[in-house]
Amino acid sequence: MNGKSWKYGDNVNTDGIIPARYLNTTDEKELASHCMEDIDPDFVKKAKKGDIIVAGENFGCGSSREHAPLSIKAFGISCVIAKSFARIFFRNAINIGLPIFESKEASMEINEGDEVQVDMNLGKIINLTAKKEYSFTPFADEMKDIIRAGGLMEYVRLNYCQS
Amino acid sequence: MGMTITEKIIAAHSGLEEVHAGQFVYADVDICLGNDITAPIAIKQFERLGINGIFNPEAVVLVPDHFTPNKDIKSAQNTKTLREFARKHQIKNYFEIGRVGIEHALLPEKGIVVPGDLVIGADSHTCTYGALGIFSTGVGSTDLAACFATGKVWLKVPEAIKFVFNGKLNKWVSGKDLILYVIGKIGVDGARYKSMEFTGPVITALSMDDRLTICNMTVEAGAKNGIIEPDDCTEEYISSRARRKYKLYSSDDDCKYCDIYEYDVNNISPQVALPSSPENTRPVEDLSDIGIDQVVIGSCTNGRISDLRIAAQIIKDKKIHPSVRLIVIPATQDIYLEAVKEGLIEIFVNAEGVVSTPTCGPCLGGHMGVLAEGERALSTTNRNFAGRMGHPKAEIYLCSPAVAAASAITGKITHPEYID
Repeated sequence: MNGKSWKYGDNVNTDGIIPARYLNTTDEKELASHCMEDIDPDFVKKAKKGDIIVAGENFGCGSSREHAPLSIKAFGISCVIAKSFARIFFRNAINIGLPIFESKEASMEINEGDEVQVDMNLGKIINLTAKKEYSFTPFADEMKDIIRAGGLMEYVRLNYCQS
Repeated sequence: MGMTITEKIIAAHSGLEEVHAGQFVYADVDICLGNDITAPIAIKQFERLGINGIFNPEAVVLVPDHFTPNKDIKSAQNTKTLREFARKHQIKNYFEIGRVGIEHALLPEKGIVVPGDLVIGADSHTCTYGALGIFSTGVGSTDLAACFATGKVWLKVPEAIKFVFNGKLNKWVSGKDLILYVIGKIGVDGARYKSMEFTGPVITALSMDDRLTICNMTVEAGAKNGIIEPDDCTEEYISSRARRKYKLYSSDDDCKYCDIYEYDVNNISPQVALPSSPENTRPVEDLSDIGIDQVVIGSCTNGRISDLRIAAQIIKDKKIHPSVRLIVIPATQDIYLEAVKEGLIEIFVNAEGVVSTPTCGPCLGGHMGVLAEGERALSTTNRNFAGRMGHPKAEIYLCSPAVAAASAITGKITHPEYID
């Protein structure tokens, strides 16, 4: 994961990530075309595939709509780094395989536009622009099993659907 | 070490004697819920698995309530997806127009969720059922799809915060005001990942409708669940409705809370949450000259019969302010019919308000009262994020049904005592 960072504040909510007026579709491309629309109307014009969202506390608070992480993933954002995540957004991201990382220091110190790399194997967030490294909160083993499987449905397929 | 009510319910559904905060479990689910927004993604995910049947059709509830009666062709397609899935898998608890109501008012009313249950719903306000001594929590569509297949959900046992309410409620102060007050104190992430347990003499004396409102908005503080120990009020509410046997749990005296907050409600007046966060609360008397364009009374938070009763009591024999549009939405068909019988609907219509069929509608800017740029709404719903009810530059204020009704008459945010 390697991309330019786009910075947002605390309590980015799911109505801002994908407004309810677009929830009449489950089409991922269509959802991606409205990604972050009510937080940052220019986001889809300026961000590129592979870029990284960096935010403050409680990212993804509000509704349970999986359309929110889906729109971010389908747009091609490689991962979200935040000080903390709202709980339903957190589990949705794990379940659908959108990489998310908790790091207070990275969230505070990364500036908009910085080139950022995340190395999952090393467990490091690397700010290539500022030449600084940060660790992120490790995932619980049970979550790692879901992440390794590629998401919850693949985990279910492996563990519950023996044929 | 003792267990909280939440830990006990999770343990009982995980085949374990004991669980404690921080532990991971795959828990058995009694009821899983989806609506016309979240279930279509769950159905898509489930069908990709390519297995034949769902784990237990009796445990699945599908409630097309958000954009229904279908607001456009895409919404109609989504509801059709739910309808066809329900037929294919013999899901009896699919609620068609004419029977459908707002999910979190409907499931308790129909006795589909009962005390002691473990419930997940692909809707954040699934935490509502905690009012009945249920562990219920909002999840996403993929969690729902996995539950269709396995009957289980992965959970991390939450830490608990206890909220004790003492004193005597002031006139016009309701469950909505208490939960807005708490969110104002602890913030929108004040209970992130945690269980909010409500107790004390004030809670004991509250009606089930008010308890449901309190637990409904715990997600607005980031909580995993809200919960109230079942008591006589719970039994009175559920005994005639319950479709299954139920079990009453309570927290042990020596259980662990990560925080305990005590409030004296004598000092709490009706609360209003200002744009654009539910934590941005003020006592209503601190606000003056805030003119409003639209008032919404309804939603899974405040669309129950006691909400309509108090609004009608204030509005009776008066007219809505000429610059205000009042939209009243009974949350279920039973509530609607009761409001007709009691003459409440006549009061709203005579006052020049409109009454809608049950729907989530304007709460999430879906339909039935979407806001234009620069408009200001006062609403009994649960979220006032920018863009929530329509245009991103519209403003939303949250309040109780009493404040909403009083304000609809004066045209600006008003303490109900000025109308009384």
